[in-house]
Amino acid sequence: MSTLDVKHAQAEEIRVKARFGKSKKSRLHHKENWFAWLFISPMVLGYMLFLFVPIMGAFFMSFTDYSLLHDSSFVGLDNYKIAFSEDPLFWKSVGQTLYFSAGLIPLNLCLALGLALLLNRKIPGIGLFRTAIFTPVVTSIVVWAIAWKYIFATDYGLINELLKLLHIEGPAWLYNFQLAMPVVIIVSVLKNVGLNMVIFLAALQDVPKMYYEAAKIDGASKYKMFTNVTMPMISPSLFLAMILTLIGSLKVFSQIQVMTDGGPGTSTYVLVYYIYQQAFKIFDFGYASAIAFILFFLVLVLTIVQWNLRKRWVHHEE
Amino acid sequence: MKNKQRTLLKNLPIYLVLSFVSILVIFPFFWMVTTALKEQTKIFMFPPQWWPDPFVWSNFSAVFESQPEFPLYFFNSAYIAVLVTAGTCIFAALAGYAFAKLHFALRHIVFLILLTGMMIPTEVTAIPMFIWFTKLHLTDTHFPLIVPPMLGAGGMFGVFLLRQFFITVPNELDEAAKIDGCSPWTTFWRIMLPLSGPTLATLAIFTFLHSWDNYFDPLIFISSNHLFTLPVGLKLFTDTAGTEWQLLMAASVMATVPLLIVFFFAQKKFIEGVALTGLK
Repeated sequence: MSTLDVKHAQAEEIRVKARFGKSKKSRLHHKENWFAWLFISPMVLGYMLFLFVPIMGAFFMSFTDYSLLHDSSFVGLDNYKIAFSEDPLFWKSVGQTLYFSAGLIPLNLCLALGLALLLNRKIPGIGLFRTAIFTPVVTSIVVWAIAWKYIFATDYGLINELLKLLHIEGPAWLYNFQLAMPVVIIVSVLKNVGLNMVIFLAALQDVPKMYYEAAKIDGASKYKMFTNVTMPMISPSLFLAMILTLIGSLKVFSQIQVMTDGGPGTSTYVLVYYIYQQAFKIFDFGYASAIAFILFFLVLVLTIVQWNLRKRWVHHEE
Repeated sequence: MKNKQRTLLKNLPIYLVLSFVSILVIFPFFWMVTTALKEQTKIFMFPPQWWPDPFVWSNFSAVFESQPEFPLYFFNSAYIAVLVTAGTCIFAALAGYAFAKLHFALRHIVFLILLTGMMIPTEVTAIPMFIWFTKLHLTDTHFPLIVPPMLGAGGMFGVFLLRQFFITVPNELDEAAKIDGCSPWTTFWRIMLPLSGPTLATLAIFTFLHSWDNYFDPLIFISSNHLFTLPVGLKLFTDTAGTEWQLLMAASVMATVPLLIVFFFAQKKFIEGVALTGLK
């Protein structure tokens, strides 16, 4: 509490005392307490019912062979053992998820930063470009994935038709073991690059102009200004965007399901897709819970990292 | 005049790069809209037909003939998104206000506990919720699509966002209202909520988008056709033997336009909100 707050509290106490006497004041506090709990009760209840209990449920379920198809029994660490040492598809899904993240994050961040730098200037028509690049963010991912699936179609897809004009036989993009994942990555980058762009744009506009002026007087080149002024000043936002994009990419599902359905073969299986298959197609809830918990653990670690470094990215907001 | 031309010329490379990326991201929409208006036989022409000739407006009505339940999917998505958004905004604002301005026992610890909820991916809680809702006979209803998103991880994000905002509101306002005899409810409803416009708009856009976009939850919780939402409904068009692309695209256009309209009206507030709430 700052001294100002203390003064206000004291002033309030005096005013309240003057008006109602002492007992009234404590009654007011009591009333406030009651209101406060009433105000937070929907969220507290929601937290318990839809977050705490289910996450505990998932945790316990991951030690059983729970299934809709037969009685369940406790199997200890078997599910985790199977995932880690006996199930190549699990490792493949982990690998594909990391592949997706490793492809998506640098592409997304570089493109978003580049666009933010270009859009951070007052030239005519800039608002139009900003809106255009943000538009995919507000588009349904399913619609977006369908439109791109159509553009990348093997026969008569737009890209292959254009390649035909150059007398090149286009590949079966989404049915090719090597190409399916890169295509999904590019489509995902274009969908979400606008969000990071807005974050960077906000950060860039926060950099005090005087730093650039000072650098100019010192005769710094544009490149030096970027590496010595812009980058350090926006690094907190860069870091935040990186962590958020990473967490988001670990949970990729919709575009995979719509564009490739995990295929061809299992070449675009990612963790959430694998959880979906195990739980809601095969009804092996125990095993799916174990995989889900591994995913949760990944996200948790990243969130804690982000939380601890939070001070780094909020400090210059004050 | 000359000056203006010079700046335009100087910025020409920038315009070129921006135009290229803009075209790349706008192109799927263009292609979607034009395909929605093409004759079926002209969709896969070689070379591609860039501009529909003739314009087949009837594709839009044909959507409803081929999928009679399409308006229902649309309605389902819309009412679910509106309820989730309204509920999240109200409950998150109430809790955010309480955590920022009201003094009560355990307030810091309860807030910290609620914050941990933001770390839990819905994909992880989906399995126990599915089993639980199956036992309560709540699967294949809209309940799992409305209440858990409102009071789950999304709600906790809202509480965090709104608390951050309410902390910046001067305490004097609160105290003045209190001295004038306002109950916490009146203070909240009459004074605090109206002040939080941009932050609420940000939360509303995020929540609405999220709900409208939600594909995973309806996919696992809903099995009856008449309860489907748009994303799942759209996938139906591609699953039917031989996709009718012109109909799928017409349906996609209709699924996209409402979002673009919502965003168009809210974007100014949204950008203010992003700048204010430290989402950066």
